[in-house]
Amino acid sequence: MEWLVKINIQLKESILDPQGQAVQAGLNALGYNNVSDLNVGKYMELKITDLTDKEQVKEQVDEMCRRLLANPVIEDYRFNIEEMA
Amino acid sequence: MNQTNKPWEIEGLTEQEYNMIVDLLGREPNYTELGMFGVMWSEHCSYKNSKAVLRNFPTEGEVVLQGPGENAGIIDIGDNQALSFKIESHNHPSAIEPYQGAATGVGGIIRDIFTMGARPIALLDSLRFGFLDDEHVKYLFEEVVAGIAGYGNSIGVPTVGGETYFSNSYQGNPLVNAMCVGVMDHEDISTATASGIGNPVMVVGAATGRDGIQGASFASDELTDESEEDRPAVQVGDPFMEKLLLEASLELIKTGCLVGIQDMGAAGLISSASEMASRGETGIELDIDLVPKREEGMNSYEVLLSESQERMLVIPEAGKEDLVEQIFSKWDLNAAVIGEVTDDGMIRVLNKGKKVAEVPARILADDAPEYKRESKEPDYYNELKSFDIDSLFSIEENRLTRKDDIDYNNILESIITSENIASKSYIYEQYDHMVQINTVVLPGSDAAVLRIKGKDKGLALTTDCNSRYCYLDPERGGEIAVAEAARNITCSGGRPLAITDGLNFGNPMKPEIFWQFEKSIKGISKACQALNTPVTGGNVSFYNENPEGAVYPTPIVGMVGLLDKLEYATDQFFKNIGDLIILLGKTESELGGSQYLESIHGHVKGRIPELDLEKEKKIQETCLELIKAGFVKSAHDCSDGGLAVTLFESSIGNLKGADIKIESNLKAEELLFSETQSRIVISLAREDKEMVEELIGDSIEYQVIGEVKGERLKINNLIDIYIEELKTKWEEAIPLKLIK
Amino acid sequence: MRFGIVTFPGSNCDQDLRYVVEEVFEIKTDMIWHKEDLENNYNAILLPGGFSYGDYLRSGAIARFSPVMDSVIDFANQGGLVLGICNGFQILMEAGLLPGAMKVNNNLKFVCKHVKLQIKNNQTPFTEKLERDQILNIPVAHQEGNFYIDDRGLDKLKVNDQIVLKYLNDSENPNGSIENIAGICNKKRNVFGLMPHPERASEDILSSSDGKKIFESLISFLKEGVN
Repeated sequence: MEWLVKINIQLKESILDPQGQAVQAGLNALGYNNVSDLNVGKYMELKITDLTDKEQVKEQVDEMCRRLLANPVIEDYRFNIEEMA
Repeated sequence: MNQTNKPWEIEGLTEQEYNMIVDLLGREPNYTELGMFGVMWSEHCSYKNSKAVLRNFPTEGEVVLQGPGENAGIIDIGDNQALSFKIESHNHPSAIEPYQGAATGVGGIIRDIFTMGARPIALLDSLRFGFLDDEHVKYLFEEVVAGIAGYGNSIGVPTVGGETYFSNSYQGNPLVNAMCVGVMDHEDISTATASGIGNPVMVVGAATGRDGIQGASFASDELTDESEEDRPAVQVGDPFMEKLLLEASLELIKTGCLVGIQDMGAAGLISSASEMASRGETGIELDIDLVPKREEGMNSYEVLLSESQERMLVIPEAGKEDLVEQIFSKWDLNAAVIGEVTDDGMIRVLNKGKKVAEVPARILADDAPEYKRESKEPDYYNELKSFDIDSLFSIEENRLTRKDDIDYNNILESIITSENIASKSYIYEQYDHMVQINTVVLPGSDAAVLRIKGKDKGLALTTDCNSRYCYLDPERGGEIAVAEAARNITCSGGRPLAITDGLNFGNPMKPEIFWQFEKSIKGISKACQALNTPVTGGNVSFYNENPEGAVYPTPIVGMVGLLDKLEYATDQFFKNIGDLIILLGKTESELGGSQYLESIHGHVKGRIPELDLEKEKKIQETCLELIKAGFVKSAHDCSDGGLAVTLFESSIGNLKGADIKIESNLKAEELLFSETQSRIVISLAREDKEMVEELIGDSIEYQVIGEVKGERLKINNLIDIYIEELKTKWEEAIPLKLIK
Repeated sequence: MRFGIVTFPGSNCDQDLRYVVEEVFEIKTDMIWHKEDLENNYNAILLPGGFSYGDYLRSGAIARFSPVMDSVIDFANQGGLVLGICNGFQILMEAGLLPGAMKVNNNLKFVCKHVKLQIKNNQTPFTEKLERDQILNIPVAHQEGNFYIDDRGLDKLKVNDQIVLKYLNDSENPNGSIENIAGICNKKRNVFGLMPHPERASEDILSSSDGKKIFESLISFLKEGVN
C-alpha cells in the first residue's frame, strides 16, 4: 500500500515569526489591512510504502517529525495521511 | 518528423548559416544535430558577432600562462603559484528570475575557476540596476543581492568586492556580472582538452534535468509527434551540491589522473563535449542512455542541451574510472562513464543503440561564421559631447544673484546620498566577505586585498566601469575603466597584472550599438597596452535592451594585482590627526559626464574627462613607490564624485576629518566635483613630507592640500560638515530608498 | 595536544579553523570526515561553521544525524571539550548538547560584519583568559542566528550562569537574539557554542585579533587545568 503524507510545520504560536511579520507587512502595504497573525511555515509532501496499517504510518510520521523534520524547541507540526489509489 | 519550411529559425540560425551547415556536412542535419548547431553557433557560444573585434585585445604578456579560449585565464604570480580568474554575465536569466539568475551566475563562474585546477578564493560582483524609485527595480535589486549571497555564502567563497551602479538605462534590464578568482600551484593547471584515444568520458556531479533548455524543445527522433512544450528556461542552483563538486573535483585534479576537465555551463553537454574534442583534435562518442537523468523520458535533444547546474565533464586516463567514482562517491556525487574519446574527430551521439547525431566537433565548436557588423557613430554622440556646461552656471548665477548663496554642503550631501555614491554596506554585509580568512582590506575601500596563506604577498582585486562615460564616449570610457581599475589596485598597494572583461551591450545588429562595442574595445585595448595589463578572458553579453533602448555600454573591467609584500596593503581611510594630505595629479575643469551633473542637474551630458595614459602611469608608479617606501597612511583614487567625495570617503573609516585649503582658479563646482582622471589623494606623517617630496621629484604634479584634523571635513570656505552626521546619511541612503 | 575538527558536507570554515589552530596556536589537528567515528583521544573537538547539508531543512538539523555525531555526543558526555562555531553551534543545539534553537535573523537577511561582544562568564574553559564584561570585536556571518529559548529555559541559563557571551547592546545585536545572547555553554561548561567566528579574528593582519583569547583560554585550560 502507498500513503501520501502532507506535513505542515510552523513556528509555535508564542514565538515571534520574523518572516511572517515581513510578509504580513507586505500585504498590509498592499491595502489588505484586515490581515493579521500571519505565520510562515514549511509544507512537505512525501510517500510512504510497505505499511498496511494507517496507525503505523501515523506513528512513523510522528516520529520523523519529532526527530528531524521539526524542531520541537520552536516548531509545531501537523500532518495528514491519505491512502493512494 | 516535425516539418517546417524553415527549420533553422526555431534554433535562432539564419538561412545562410543553415546552408553553410549543409555545405560543411555534405547533407542536411537532422533535428538533434540542428539543435546542436543552434546553441554552438549562437553568439553566446561562438562569439560570431564579436570575435573579429575581440582580436584587438592585447592578450600576451610575461605573466600570462593562459589567455582567452579556455574556461578562464591564468597568470603567474611567482613561487610556483598561479591565479585563475574570469568575469561572466548572467543578465538575461537575472531579469527573468533574479534570485536564481544571479545565484547560478555565481555558480557558473566558480565552476569555471575550479575547472582550471584552482581553488576559488574570492568573488566580485558588478551590478547595474535602474534607479531605486521603482518597485520592480527594488525587487530585482533585493533578489539579485540575495541570490549572490545565497550561493556564494553557502559554498564558502567570500564576496570581497565589486560595484553597484544605477541608471535609467538599466531599468528592466539589470546587469549581473560575477568574477571569480582562484589560486593554484602550477602543476595543478588543468585544461579542457579531450585527448588519448579510448579514454573514458565521464559526467560528474548533478543529474541532468530539463532546466535551461531554451525555447521550445521541439522535434527529435523520439518525440516526433509530441506537441511543442515550453520548458522552464531558468536553471535552479544548488550551492551545496557545488560545494561537494568543488571539493571532489580539486581532490581528483590533485591525483594527476585527469586528461581534461570542463564545466558544463551554457549549452550543457554538447558544448563541453565538442569544445573538448575540438581542442584535442579528437572526437567523442556519447551514449545518451548512460547519462544520469533527473527526469524520465528526456530525449537526446534535451539531454544534450540541458543547462542543469553543478555538472562537469571529465576525461581521466583509461583505467582510472574507479578512482574517479571512488572520490565522487565519498562526496555523495554521481560519476558515470558516458562515452569515450575517438580518433575520427566526430561528436557521435547514440541513444538506445541508435546513432542520433554525428557531426565533426571542429565544425560545431570552431567553424561558426564570423561577422563584421555594420558600425555607425550614433547621432547623440556629438550632440551630448558639445553640451555647454557653463550654461548651467550662468543660469544659476542669474537665478541666485550672489554665488555665496549656493550651499555646497547641501550639494555634497545630495551627491553622497545618490544611489551611485551612497554606501554599499547594505549589499556587502549580506555577502560573507571573510570566509577563508584571507580578507585583509574589507569591502568599502578602493580594492579588496587578500593575503595568500603561507606567503608574504597579497592580491588586490577590483572591478570598474563608469558606464556614463562609456555612453558619452565609449573609447575613452573604455580607457578610463582600465585606468581606474589600475589606480584602485595601485592605491591598495598592488601592481596591476591583468584583466578580464565583462562586455555588456545592446543589440549588435544596430550599427550604433556595434559602434559603441568597437570603440569600447579599442579604448580598453589601448589602456591595457599602455599599463601592461593584458586581457586573459571575459565574456560578451549582447541584446541588453528594454523598450526604451539599449543599456549604456558597460564594459566592466575586472583587474587583479599583486602586492609583493603584504605590508604594502593600504586602504583609503585617514589614520592619524595631523597627517598631511597630498593630491597627486591636478584637478581640471572637467564636469562632463560627472556624478555632480547627474545628481544636481539631472544631465548625462558633456565631454568626459581627458586621459593621458603616460601621465596616468607615472602617477600610479609614484603612488606605488611611496607605498613601498612606507610613507603612505592612506591612498584613495579620486574619481566618481570628484575631490570632495574622495575626501569624504577617506574621512569616514576612522571618523577623522580634514582641513583642506586649495588655491585654484577653478569654479567652486569644478574644484569640488570635477572628475579629472589620474588623481590620487594620499595621507602621510608630517615628518615624512620632505622625503616624500624628494621621492616624487618633478615626475608628476602634486599639491599638499591640507591635513587630517578633527571630526569635520572643511574645504576652503565651501564645505564644512560634521563627518559622522553625513556618514550616517550616506549609510542609510540605500536602505531608505528600499523602504519607501 | 591534538584537536579534532569535524568536516560535514557543506562545512566551509573547517579549513579556516585548522589554519588558525595549527598556524597561530601550533596545535596539531585531525580533520574528521563526518562519516567516521572519533578514533583518537582528542583534547577538544571543534565543529566548524558553514552550511552543512546546505542548511536545507534547518541549520544543523541533518548534520546532527551524521555518523560522527554519536561519538561527539559520547565525548561531550564524558566531559570532553566541544566548541561549536556558527553552524557548529546550531548542530550542537539540534543534537541536544546545548539548549535553545535558532530562528532566521529578524531582518531575514544574511549578515556579515564585525560586532561588539561582551564576556558574561569567564569561568569556563573557553573564556578563562578573559575578564568578565570584557568587550571583544569579532565578526558574525549567518542568516539563522536569532537565538530563542523559552522563559523556563532562559531562567535555567541564568541560574546556571550558562550565558557566556552577549552582543554588547541592542544595536550590536545583528539578528534579534533573545537578551542579546551570542554564545552559551552547557551546565557542565565543557560544551560551548557561539555565533561569532573567533577564527576570523585571530591574526593581527585581519581586522581584529580579539578572537584569539577564546583559543588561548581553551589551550591554557587544557595545559593547566581549571584555575
